[in-house]
Amino acid sequence: MPRIAKALLCAVWFMLLTFPVMCIQVNSIDNSVHWHFERALWLGCGVFVLALLWDWCFARKAKGQPIISFGHGLTRLAANLRGDPRCRLGGLSLLAVGMLLMPLLSSIYQTNIMIAALLYVMLALGLNIVVGLAGQLVLGYVAFYAVGAYSYGLLHQFLGWGFWTCLPVGGLLAVLFGLALGFPVLRLRGDYLAIVTLGFGEIVRLTLLNWPSLTGGPAGISNIPRPGLFGMDMDINASTIYIYYLVLAAVVLTIVVISRLKNSRVGLALQALREDEIACEAMGIDITRVKLSAFALGSCWAGFAGVIFAAKTTYINPSSFGFMESAMILSMVVLGGMGSIAGVVIAAMILILAPEYLRAFSEYRMLIFGAIMVVMMIFRPQGLVSGERRRYSITALKGTASASGQGGQA
Amino acid sequence: MDIEFFVELFFGGLTRGSIYALIALGYTLVYGIIELINFAHGEVYMLGAFTALLVAGVLGVYGFPFGGILIVATLAAIVWCAAYGFTLEKVAYKPLRGAPRLSPLISAIGMSIFLQNYVLLAQTPDFVPFPYLLPEMPFLDDLAVLSPSNFLILMVSTVAMIVLALFIRYTRMGKAMRATAQNRKMALLLGINADKIISLTFIIGSSLAALGGVLIASHMQVINYNIGFLAGMKAFTAAVLGGIGSIPGAMVGGLVLGLAESFTTGYVSGNYEDILAFAILILILILRPDGILGKAKVQKV
Amino acid sequence: MKKGLTCLAAMALCLALAAPAQTAETIKIGVQGAHSGDLASYGVPSLNAVKLVIEQVNAKGGVLGRKVELVAQDDQCKPEMATNAATKLISDQSDVVVGPICTGPTTASLPIFQQANIIVVSPTATAPALTTAGKHPLFFRTVAHDNAQAQLTSDFLLKKLGVKKVAFLHDNGEYGKGFADNNRVFLEKEGVETVLYEAVSADAVDFSAVVRKIRRLKPDAVVFGGYQPLASKLVQQMRRDRVQTPFIGPDGVKDETFLKMTGKASEGVYASYPKDTSALPLYKEAREAHIKAFGSEPGFGYYNAWAAAQCLLAAIEKSGGTDTAKLKTALRETSVDTPLGKINFNELGDASGMALSIYQVQNGKFVELDHNLTLK
Repeated sequence: MPRIAKALLCAVWFMLLTFPVMCIQVNSIDNSVHWHFERALWLGCGVFVLALLWDWCFARKAKGQPIISFGHGLTRLAANLRGDPRCRLGGLSLLAVGMLLMPLLSSIYQTNIMIAALLYVMLALGLNIVVGLAGQLVLGYVAFYAVGAYSYGLLHQFLGWGFWTCLPVGGLLAVLFGLALGFPVLRLRGDYLAIVTLGFGEIVRLTLLNWPSLTGGPAGISNIPRPGLFGMDMDINASTIYIYYLVLAAVVLTIVVISRLKNSRVGLALQALREDEIACEAMGIDITRVKLSAFALGSCWAGFAGVIFAAKTTYINPSSFGFMESAMILSMVVLGGMGSIAGVVIAAMILILAPEYLRAFSEYRMLIFGAIMVVMMIFRPQGLVSGERRRYSITALKGTASASGQGGQA
Repeated sequence: MDIEFFVELFFGGLTRGSIYALIALGYTLVYGIIELINFAHGEVYMLGAFTALLVAGVLGVYGFPFGGILIVATLAAIVWCAAYGFTLEKVAYKPLRGAPRLSPLISAIGMSIFLQNYVLLAQTPDFVPFPYLLPEMPFLDDLAVLSPSNFLILMVSTVAMIVLALFIRYTRMGKAMRATAQNRKMALLLGINADKIISLTFIIGSSLAALGGVLIASHMQVINYNIGFLAGMKAFTAAVLGGIGSIPGAMVGGLVLGLAESFTTGYVSGNYEDILAFAILILILILRPDGILGKAKVQKV
Repeated sequence: MKKGLTCLAAMALCLALAAPAQTAETIKIGVQGAHSGDLASYGVPSLNAVKLVIEQVNAKGGVLGRKVELVAQDDQCKPEMATNAATKLISDQSDVVVGPICTGPTTASLPIFQQANIIVVSPTATAPALTTAGKHPLFFRTVAHDNAQAQLTSDFLLKKLGVKKVAFLHDNGEYGKGFADNNRVFLEKEGVETVLYEAVSADAVDFSAVVRKIRRLKPDAVVFGGYQPLASKLVQQMRRDRVQTPFIGPDGVKDETFLKMTGKASEGVYASYPKDTSALPLYKEAREAHIKAFGSEPGFGYYNAWAAAQCLLAAIEKSGGTDTAKLKTALRETSVDTPLGKINFNELGDASGMALSIYQVQNGKFVELDHNLTLK
């Protein structure tokens, strides 16, 4: 009962709070006011339900129970996929066949959307290195994406370089930018770092905008060629499918590299950095190097994704690289689970594909992105799929320890 | 050079700067108490402008006397924004106390995006005209350097800042706030209710932002859902410039940034106005993260 | 796993069957533009216009005995979404396309339409290079490109206002900057001095610095490139700071909202805009159709889109089908009566026959001045 009373109170409070913005619409052209009282009612009902849910979630959180339980079957499936190598192989090959056949079976439009989704997967995975693994909140990630896209656009425009030359160059330039940003911000703590990178992202965008003689300013660069394949002449369908496979390959490569990286020396150092910077330093890890490598690795993928993006849309301008893009990529990482590859892939797919297919939902896209970031942080900070770390059981060491013990006894 | 032009730019910069300072105070107060960059603060400023617009619109249509509209609309904006700030903290930040540092920041970014789109969807994505509500001030006609709205912005923000300074300095609550900012645990031991103080901080910060929102809206007379982002970033820059967590720092930082922008536009070019602010932000954070008036803090383990 | 594969195969089959199941009997007009998002107010009127034209035509039995059908795709005026929208229109087998609305998406989607060999008529994309660069032979537009506007405004500034010194302000967007740049080129060629040329940040909290700068430099006119919200902020602040310099802007400024927002301050502001054709019966018909169907006055680009749809349908009728090559010649050769006057297209794809005029705000209304330019 007190819960219901509290929820009612919440509903009334929110009805009052949102009253002006929700219920009044002033048309200043013909000086009239439109009242939408029904909205307050709907909102009240919505808040009432949400407040109950919120309370319930908190209660569960306090008891230490998981808030979202996926149901028994799904949990087992997930566990199987993780644990049982045969099951894992089966699932992966099914996915691989599906992804490989997708462009051949569906329309060019579907393929195009899938390309966009895969590009975001790539970006989110790249950001995941910096934010998820290393725990460095970067809010200007889109700047590296822009560097990649513009390096292809400009190198093609001025020097006539092709896609395949520009792909590594774009990645490299993004790395250089990453290092250029990473170097001065080494000393900064979490939230300051976030703001500096946000500022950096905005400066890159504003520079692109205010340097028309080089970047074309607001008009951007058009007629960027799609990637070629041994000089073959492809029509739009063929080249879209080609780009699809290219992005798919890039995503697979990203996943392979990152999963290898995660359990490597550098990867473990990154995760140590995320957990505690000072302890990490005390353990003898060279923080400077680790941080810089995180920046370099993260920005590298953004650079690649940028080159592919430029080749895909054939037209780029600064408005594609605003702060909202960065925020969107960040919300993918947050939703998916920082440090978790599978989670980030799933989250990116959901966040890009859902608004495309649920048109009614697309208007509320950004609203929901924002809400997701808040709700996830409160109730499930580890994300949909929490990043698992490999457990080491060091048998060799145990052996020597017991051996030396025995030696002592003898 | 031309002294009159210089004075004009100076007053233009002051106007701008005092708005930045009003918003920056919100950032700095919150940061001082809970060390959180309240990313959604710019959105509260935007909500203030919108609330005032809506209230003024309703009053105007129903024939409320002209002179009172501005005052009622401003009061409404302050009340509602204080409520928004209060709710914001309860919903998005309070559950995250004690969480890793980045969690509340991500939550704040989420809230900022949410609030922007809330206004976009509930109201309009277009620019809307804000009615001209300022009284005529004929005595300013001789004073060529100031327009009525500049004058009003300067006056109101100065008064607001003085009131705030007195409040923080002399009242019980103000003292409690300062104590909490210095050492939260110690304040708790002394019987200060930290939750209450944090709420109070958000309420004060949001009211100031609302005031800033109304002033700018009646100065520019055109607003949309997106005005909070840039203004918020610049105000944050001002807060950092002055030393985040320091109240006089926010005021000084706001004025310095406003003047810097005004003189750059006046003597160099307006093209670089926004780049300048972001560049200052980055340079200050990298070179002197404690700002002009902030004290250097030693990081403790 | 087997089950999964069968399922996949079944789904694939469904998709494959669904695609070619459309009948070839109707004529499909694709409409691409911002139909949602923050620029929807620029795109929706065009969509409405095409909808209404199609309704009218279908009520009369269609074109060549075939019904006309509308296929809409939203690009939110974002280039990255525009390529999706364009491919979707192509995969929906649109015969011709009206749109896109904004210049960026147009630049991004034209190569795609080009490859699919589809004629595109934009009602509102004004960037000169779209036609003058000669890269898009299938692109047409029923709107004057920015060069023409700049030609008219700079001519007006020179001949009627006799300017010697000019200040240029723009919003750093493609449209606004383009307008300012073009004016600058024309005016500097005639020996006019540029005293100020800069971008103004639309989100700034105060414009007094730039306004004071204008006051100090004393230009004979301020040429503004951008849209109405920024223009109204600037004009108001200028007039409040007693800067009475003449202010001239492109068609993005001539808008009822501008008058409402600025009130007295807008008195005397100039803007270029298509010549007033509201006396034409077709214009009245189009306007009434909108009021009847949607209960409001038509918005941005409505008549242009109406004209675009009309021209396309007329060309289809004349060429006897939707063959692209024949359509192209038909579009050039047929003069069509539209709400904007009698239009046909020139070699580049620009509408000739349309006229632009200078308007001035007088007593709170835009009044057409006797200074205009007819497109060739």
